[in-house]
Amino acid sequence: MPLELFTAGEPIADTKAPADVPIGERWSERRFRGRLVNPANRRKMTVIVVGTGLAGGSAAATLGEAGYKVKSFWYQDSPRRAHSVAAQGGINAAKNYRNDGDSVHRLFYDTVKGGDFRSRENNVHRLAEVSVSIIDQCVAQGVPFAREYGGLLDNRSFGGTQVSRTFYARGQTGQQLLYGAYQALERQIAAGSVEQNARTEMLDLIVVDGRARGIVARDLVSGEISTHFADAVVLATGGYGNVFYLSTNAKGSNATAIWRAHKKGAYLANPCYTQIHPTCIPVKGDYQSKLTLMSESLRNDGRVWVPKERGDDRNPREIPEDQRDYYLERIYPAFGNLVPRDIASRQAKNVCDEGRGVGPGGLGVYLDFAEAIERLGRPAVEAKYGNLFDMYAQITGEDPYSVPMRIYPAVHYTMGGLWVDYDLQSSIPGMFVIGEANFSDHGANRLGASALMQGLADGYFVLPATITEYLADGPFEKIDDSHPAAVEALQSVQAQVQKLLNINGTRTPASFHRELGQLMWDLCGMERSEESLRKALDRIPEIRQEFWTNLKVTGDWHSFNQTLEHAGRVADFIELAELMCIDALHRRESCGGHFRAESQTPEGEALRDDENFAYVAAWEWTPEGQPPVLHKENLEYEYVHLAQRSYK
Amino acid sequence: MVTVTHAGRRTPKVAKTNSVVKKVVMAVSGIIMLLYLVAHVIGNLKVFAGRDSFNSYSEWIRTVGEPAVPHQTVLTIVRVVLIVAVVAHFWAAVSLWRQAKRARPQAYANKKSVAQSYASRTMRWGGVIVLLFIIWHILDLTVGTVNPDGTDSTPYDRLVASFQNPFITAFYVLALILLGMHLRHGIWSVTQTLGQSNRRRERTVNAFAVVFSTALTAGFLLVPFSVLFGLVD
Amino acid sequence: MQSSVGDPGAGKRGMNLTLRIWRQKDPTVKGKMVTYKVTDISPDMSFLEMLDVLNEQLIMQGEDPVAFDHDCREGICGMCGVMINGEAHGPQQTTTCQLHMRSFKDGDKIDIEPWRASPFPVIKDLAVDRRAFDRIIQAGGYISVATGTAPEAHATPVPKKDSDAAFDAATCIGCGACVAACPNASSMLFTAAKVTHLGLMPQGQPERDDRVVNMVAQQDREGFGGCTNIGECSHACPKGISMETISRLNHDLLGALRAGARPKS
Repeated sequence: MPLELFTAGEPIADTKAPADVPIGERWSERRFRGRLVNPANRRKMTVIVVGTGLAGGSAAATLGEAGYKVKSFWYQDSPRRAHSVAAQGGINAAKNYRNDGDSVHRLFYDTVKGGDFRSRENNVHRLAEVSVSIIDQCVAQGVPFAREYGGLLDNRSFGGTQVSRTFYARGQTGQQLLYGAYQALERQIAAGSVEQNARTEMLDLIVVDGRARGIVARDLVSGEISTHFADAVVLATGGYGNVFYLSTNAKGSNATAIWRAHKKGAYLANPCYTQIHPTCIPVKGDYQSKLTLMSESLRNDGRVWVPKERGDDRNPREIPEDQRDYYLERIYPAFGNLVPRDIASRQAKNVCDEGRGVGPGGLGVYLDFAEAIERLGRPAVEAKYGNLFDMYAQITGEDPYSVPMRIYPAVHYTMGGLWVDYDLQSSIPGMFVIGEANFSDHGANRLGASALMQGLADGYFVLPATITEYLADGPFEKIDDSHPAAVEALQSVQAQVQKLLNINGTRTPASFHRELGQLMWDLCGMERSEESLRKALDRIPEIRQEFWTNLKVTGDWHSFNQTLEHAGRVADFIELAELMCIDALHRRESCGGHFRAESQTPEGEALRDDENFAYVAAWEWTPEGQPPVLHKENLEYEYVHLAQRSYK
Repeated sequence: MVTVTHAGRRTPKVAKTNSVVKKVVMAVSGIIMLLYLVAHVIGNLKVFAGRDSFNSYSEWIRTVGEPAVPHQTVLTIVRVVLIVAVVAHFWAAVSLWRQAKRARPQAYANKKSVAQSYASRTMRWGGVIVLLFIIWHILDLTVGTVNPDGTDSTPYDRLVASFQNPFITAFYVLALILLGMHLRHGIWSVTQTLGQSNRRRERTVNAFAVVFSTALTAGFLLVPFSVLFGLVD
Repeated sequence: MQSSVGDPGAGKRGMNLTLRIWRQKDPTVKGKMVTYKVTDISPDMSFLEMLDVLNEQLIMQGEDPVAFDHDCREGICGMCGVMINGEAHGPQQTTTCQLHMRSFKDGDKIDIEPWRASPFPVIKDLAVDRRAFDRIIQAGGYISVATGTAPEAHATPVPKKDSDAAFDAATCIGCGACVAACPNASSMLFTAAKVTHLGLMPQGQPERDDRVVNMVAQQDREGFGGCTNIGECSHACPKGISMETISRLNHDLLGALRAGARPKS
């Protein structure tokens, strides 16, 4: 690894988890040792929470209930829009309602293993412990989970686990859980404990004497850029999958909050860990703005195949059985179509790279229900998957009952994020990061139905308990707009916004975003290599250069200007993309969602290098022109033994 | 143009009375009028028993309860209740209408109605026409000021005199068809407003509404057609 | 790499369309319908992708692109929503983002307007402010249970049919199509969906009376019209929320008023 791409810094470590007690006691011990804030003092302290998804919404509501003054920010019109709303599958919890051998320890074990041994044991164990309380909380809020005829909660097995621990609300679990958090939040807004800032986007972090003390935000309606101060700042702004332009994220999902916090000193960990979901509806044309996920459950009954011959563009129904390649069943006879997400995705890419892909551009594989319809009958298939089939038909105009679905992998989730310790505090004291925005729980690969669990664990239970340790030193000295740090942050944001408007070139923000996304997909997507990443690292600075000299944004910043919003987000995505490629290049092993072509088993499976890479890569930003600094957090496995995954 | 900001949001006066309560007023007054119509149509059918039977029925309405109570007591009570019902029904309708206008000051350049039946779309103007009809109807057959036979005739004569005129009959028929549609939507709307509608009942309620309003309209139409075609004279 | 308009790759002939779009710079000025033309539109595009194409053209011409709200583009966040040829979310019962251009044909004229209701003031062009819905939820659309105080989830069984019916109502995405489609600009279906969802769950019983009177009082206070049982709302609802929820709200409201519940002022 040539030195010019990054420099090595001091190692870092989490110092907050009490290592002197067994793992099962650490969370309660941490809560006991952490200082508390007495109720009278809570009223004197303000906490900013950015984002209102499962993590941010639940955190803001819970902190408001506890008596803090909370300022909540979101870029949409209502907190109910946050993209957690789109999660389909379910939420895991170690309730063991099925009496099938589940336990906190098993959920912990599965999550560490599923994360391909790149997550922090302490955090994951706590997640598994807290999972049971989440279900209690959500049920009490009136979340209409699926139930059995006896009136008790139903569970299903999800994502290849051997126990049924997934709670769900038809195909709209995220929506229902989010509305629970949203309603709790609105209740606190009505009670006056949470101040609402709708359609307001965080554009910078204000750091005073090494502590996070506020944010600079732009009111997207009036265009006004202003400062907001607090005793602590919580970022719950989600993942950065939209760096790929096309993803299953919402159009507005962006990395601006975490990236600007990163530029203010917060370490960004494992940015190259991205999850590619295997069952999405393929791209149809270059106008495409968004990819839509089809629930993973479809692989329970659908069979994945492509024609054996390259370029066979016959109607799929006319291709005889012996000329079809059911490649997952062929390569993985034990798991077949149910192999984990990363494997299913990569194999789809492989067959398409061989020229055997189907549909426009050859970027798709068939997911065929003909056999299931014959075996179970159409009514049974309809009952199980009817809403998914309808969704598919709505988007593609094809009837999946009569022609096989076409699917292709798409970027879905980012396991990387801002580095946090056991208290979920970033490397900037006073700034906490929760939900998908942090890096901590999923390692290099997230298991199905674990994102909702983590978001709510962080927001309802973990952050409200750990933030008290920090706030016990507060309230901190009052600051206002005249503080030099606030003036500097405000002015730099205004200058950047003005700069975007002044370029007046010939390309729209969307055109740069699409170009960047295509590049990242091709060179830093499902499979990365030294060569592809170097190519990307040559190309990204050129895109950035062109962006800052040839961008066109109409209008001004004193009004509702969606083009300007997009331009600012693309500027940050370009910078983040570069760090992702550096991270991917430096990690010369394959693990979870990160597959390096150079590091695979003879059978073509991901090959970890625990000797050299069993660490978290936490990156420190350095001013432009200087390479980022890598801080390693060593990962130790006391309770789950390192092993190579196998699904053969 | 709407320029209301949240800080300066005015509270519409209408909010003082709950919009659902207004609909309940409308539903209850509607039920009262509906019950009256049932009695009315039964009374109408006396026409077929002949002039004397009809006239004495008309007289009975005014004398019922005597001598325990004074002349026309029952009729007066019925009339007062009906007037209150009409006024309440009308007030609720106007109030909701105005609330709707305030809620959408800027109309759409292009707006389709896709779920609205003809009946539900014509509730408001249909209601106004029915009201005008009722006023005329009272002046014609009850008071007699606009009746061809004048105020001094018997109820039976006034009825025959009016319906022998095809134009009057045509107006009567038109108004009754509007009334029928008004009732059809109204019956369903009552169950909905009083919180008695659900998916299981919806079909039954709708079927009942159609059958009931058709039967009632037909009952009312029987008399003028019989006069027009000379079956009653 | 781009600025291509339409979809040359789809192999189908693109459509040429005439759009009449409501343009309004901000809430303080009057707006008007403005005509635009887009060419070579693929039938596989979503309606919003068609608007993206128009906006890219406008930006390149130095004109202000059309502002419209959108986010998830998979029909669940409720952020998007415009009147398309006089129908909320257009001719199909779905969200605007899930409406595809195959629902139109070459040469069509399409009128695009924002939701129109005084509680939904226009922010710009097709984007409106729907925070009135949040305030209706604030008035009582929740169950008061502070974090950490919940009993064990299995302590209270819920009959499956109640839970399923509650779920059906709870799928409301708060897009505002019901208000937009209602001839009275009433928010009744939105409010009724939440009252029904929480009213069917045992956990929602303690606050059931107060919830309904306060939420109805708030929707009146916001300046929405009253419900007159027409049914345009349910027909326009992308989630198919049933009119039965409104009956249930009425039932609960009358019961609550009889029991003496009164809205907080």
